[in-house]
Amino acid sequence: MQDLGISVLFQGDNFIRLMGGLWITIRISLISVLFSMIFGVILGIIMMWKNPVTKVITKIYLEFIRIMPQLVLLFLVYFGSAKHFGWDFSGEMASIIVFVFWGTAEMGDLVRGALGSISIHQIESGKALGLTGGQIYWYVLIPQAVKRLIPQAMNLVTRMIKTTSLIVLIGVVEVVKIGQQMIEAARLTQPSAALWIYGVIFFLYFIICYPVSVLAAHLEKKWKD
Amino acid sequence: MDWNFIIQYSGLYKEAAFLTLRIACMGIFGSLILGLICGMIRYYKVPVLSRITGIYIELSRNTPLLIQLFFLYFGLPKIGIILESETCAVAGLVFLGGSYMAEAFRSGMEAVDSVQTESGLSLGLTKKQVWFYILLPQAAAIAIPGIGANVIFLIKETSVFSIVALMDLMHVAKDLIGLYYKTDEALLMLVTAYLVILLPISIIFMFLERRLRFAGSGD
Repeated sequence: MQDLGISVLFQGDNFIRLMGGLWITIRISLISVLFSMIFGVILGIIMMWKNPVTKVITKIYLEFIRIMPQLVLLFLVYFGSAKHFGWDFSGEMASIIVFVFWGTAEMGDLVRGALGSISIHQIESGKALGLTGGQIYWYVLIPQAVKRLIPQAMNLVTRMIKTTSLIVLIGVVEVVKIGQQMIEAARLTQPSAALWIYGVIFFLYFIICYPVSVLAAHLEKKWKD
Repeated sequence: MDWNFIIQYSGLYKEAAFLTLRIACMGIFGSLILGLICGMIRYYKVPVLSRITGIYIELSRNTPLLIQLFFLYFGLPKIGIILESETCAVAGLVFLGGSYMAEAFRSGMEAVDSVQTESGLSLGLTKKQVWFYILLPQAAAIAIPGIGANVIFLIKETSVFSIVALMDLMHVAKDLIGLYYKTDEALLMLVTAYLVILLPISIIFMFLERRLRFAGSGD
């Protein structure tokens, strides 16, 4: 009977290596998500300012980052910065920088949307009650905005995890690259390895992202006014 | 900046941009059709199909296009299904886009007040007529912002097609960097090419969105 390609996965320490690769993917995502959330909240609040200068600058930043494919941004930082400024980022560092820039833009827009969606009478009522600006943010705006924000932010997290698959293209050794190494190593002994390994990686991404999306959808439904 | 180099190689980018656009168009068209079908199945809760579509939507939305393409292009040939680069790229884009479009259409249809369809039925329209004359136009108008976002998302996703051996924009840029070490020029042209493709589309959808805002009838 022909040997199934899936057995490649259990040869030697292949499975542990693949999980190690997955951990690198997750680590890069988590670091990027963490910084993006922090900077995104700050950016979102800055975008609410009425100052025309900050408005224009944040708008340009947001539009440029969002319109460029993430892979182009990765190329810009990975190849461009090395050539131009002589910064020799590792692939991992470059990808974290790009994902933080991109995640901040996306998160900032979500924060702005969530803050903006709160009707004006909430703020006015707060003022009428004699709250200060800071108090209005802290007691009125933020608690309401957070409920709208969290499900969307979780969807952004799944998007960021999915996007980290691109970093294999700038030479980071993560789950996809390790999978490719296994396929290469087993090319002669198990030619069908590619089908199984890529299938497994496909489901690994699914297993990570699916619970987050389900939870996000659940929270969105639950908190819908 | 070496402008002669830019002029000399801008033709390559033009070709690559057209390739990207052609595949994106086919992929978006395919995903609109697939999305409409899946969206309807989900909306009308067709018994078995609805469950299958649900699984498809979750699988496609929770995995990266890159891995889907790797599976299609390198995995499937092992069981005898050999796809050409372009077919593979379009298939991957339709598989990914179909689920996003399905969600846009479904939420569009769900946003149309049930009074609308009930009025249609009580006026003696058939179910098909209600769908085509009442539900679809309003749902499409509501879904336009979502569809626009998906279209731009899908065009951006085409940037990974270099891995299925297509000479797309990323591929050209990478080649020029590798061959001539003209990093600045190659990257500048890359960014410009994507801006030229994506900016007009995003502006068109912005206007469409504004034009169609009246569509929420019954409010």
